[in-house]
Amino acid sequence: MRNVLKHLSSKNRRSAWLAFLVLAIVLLALPFFTDALFGRGWVRIVDFALLYIMLALGLNIVVGYAGLLDLGYIAFFAVGAYCYALLGSPQLGLHLPFWIVLPLGALLACIFGVLLGAPTLRLRGDYLAIVTLGFGEIIRIFLNNLNAPINITNGPQGISMIDPIRVGEFSLGNTHELFGLTFPSVHLHYYLFLFFTLLVIFISLRLEDSRIGRAWMAIREDEVAAEAMGINTRNIKLLAFAMGATFGGLAGGLFAGFQGFVSPESFSLTESITVLCMVVLGGMGNINGVLLGGILLVVLPEALRHGSGPAQQLLFGKTLIDPESLRMLLFGLALITVMLWRPAGLWPSNQRQRELVTENDTTHL
Amino acid sequence: MTTSIEFDVNLLELSGVAKRFGGLSALSDISLHIRQGEIYGLIGPNGAGKTTLFNILTGLYQADNGRFMFNNTEYSGRCKPHVLAQAGIARTFQNIRLFANMTALENVMVGRHLRTSSGIWGALTRNAKTRAEEHTIVQHARALLDYVGIDRPHQTLAKNLSYGEQRRLEIARALATDPKLLALDEPAAGMNATETENLKELLLSIRASGITVLLIEHDVKFILGLCDRVAVLDYGKKIAEDVPEKIRCDPAVITAYLGTEPIIPAQVGIQS
Repeated sequence: MRNVLKHLSSKNRRSAWLAFLVLAIVLLALPFFTDALFGRGWVRIVDFALLYIMLALGLNIVVGYAGLLDLGYIAFFAVGAYCYALLGSPQLGLHLPFWIVLPLGALLACIFGVLLGAPTLRLRGDYLAIVTLGFGEIIRIFLNNLNAPINITNGPQGISMIDPIRVGEFSLGNTHELFGLTFPSVHLHYYLFLFFTLLVIFISLRLEDSRIGRAWMAIREDEVAAEAMGINTRNIKLLAFAMGATFGGLAGGLFAGFQGFVSPESFSLTESITVLCMVVLGGMGNINGVLLGGILLVVLPEALRHGSGPAQQLLFGKTLIDPESLRMLLFGLALITVMLWRPAGLWPSNQRQRELVTENDTTHL
Repeated sequence: MTTSIEFDVNLLELSGVAKRFGGLSALSDISLHIRQGEIYGLIGPNGAGKTTLFNILTGLYQADNGRFMFNNTEYSGRCKPHVLAQAGIARTFQNIRLFANMTALENVMVGRHLRTSSGIWGALTRNAKTRAEEHTIVQHARALLDYVGIDRPHQTLAKNLSYGEQRRLEIARALATDPKLLALDEPAAGMNATETENLKELLLSIRASGITVLLIEHDVKFILGLCDRVAVLDYGKKIAEDVPEKIRCDPAVITAYLGTEPIIPAQVGIQS
């Protein structure tokens, strides 16, 4: 943001601040608007969109910056979620507060990130994808089977009655009256998730434009050359895995506290691929693109689910195709169209944009 | 960096270095030494093992046996490329390996990685130390781009530079690591006469700044006109090592390049 502002004249700077202010108000009022216009269910969808954005931003560090194709990313989400669920539910009888459990989940995910990263350091491209895919499945299958001989994860039934996120007596699970407004549980979670999403965006932006960020991108572009230029590729790649996994674990903890229930089903390969789609569709390595991808991939399927039935009624007078199957069809079509039209993603990384500017500057040469 | 050229100090010493790929002996019993401040050339026909030797020097391959001393430190064991870069060996590649989707400036900035230290915490807080470091990285990188003569906007992506500029950008990136030895793998390949002449001047100016240069080249005329000493490889063996004037007349070299029939020295330069 500061870099953008630096290049603007004072007049433009004022309008940039104005835009920033409008954006802030829109973000703060969003749950109320959504609630009034579309209903409470949609506020919940927005909450999930924020969780997915956090995941996509985490994966963006691994795939977008460092160029390491990770197909098992959802495993870190699972680690964070199960850490929260085990330490804050009747399952083990532990009820630790969320400010202990949440960082612990992120830390545990970070450790798992390094554990996964270490054996895959020599692998590239397709081979890395296969190993990470396997890792993702292993975690899920572990969670599915850790109910015998000692019941830890409660197996496929999952863990329920997870403690809501609570500060003292203020529980995000209940409706609260504040400043004369009614804040239902989903609204409160929205603000919490918004805070963490902004934090993750901030961290991503700072890392992107730093010595570490440049080293990640150098590895993505050419690992051999990066090594020859003195980059310790082992450490820098592990750092990328660790950072990405930390964000995943954080999102996982928030998910468990929000949902109140986790089961291995939520962490299937499809979820990994959805998050990867957000990164690729939006524009790898570009935070704006990833945000756009995250929002689209959560909102679009829901909009198709709710919209395709009435739309058919309007067009043909009856429902020809079940909206549930139609939505996946349209969704797949949308993905293919985008990839054909904009192979670099909807919002490609800003380097390409910068390049367009310099190309215009140099056309007369 | 010293500006005086100390010809009598050995910067790099190899003795008995060998490398096999399965049944193929790529290098056998290579012994050579590169002195501080000289331009040292490495020539040989295709497949002679020049690039293999380069890859051993820069840690991409590990030698099967032999001793490898650089700057009075032994690096014979398993040594990672980044350790050798840290020690002061920087290289370019035969087929240009730039960070294609990064800008020219960023490419050189990556070269400063190992001489700078800010980590995650510095990146997140952008404290005074990190900002100062970033500032010096950018200044240093800009100066190097000017030095090698890339006068395009520094925001141009590396992949959109011209061929000659890409070659020079690789040199700038290597120089950013503050090397003691700059190893160039066929820097003049594919260049026209003017570009080759400019490159020659650039290399002489790099040497004048105190950096030792190791050069692989196919252009024999170029290398004989530039280097202080030249080694010739053929089938993984060193067949000659001497000043260019002697190399030009060395019968073993002429045989390696042209076959057994003796030939007048002046023609050696033309054939490659």
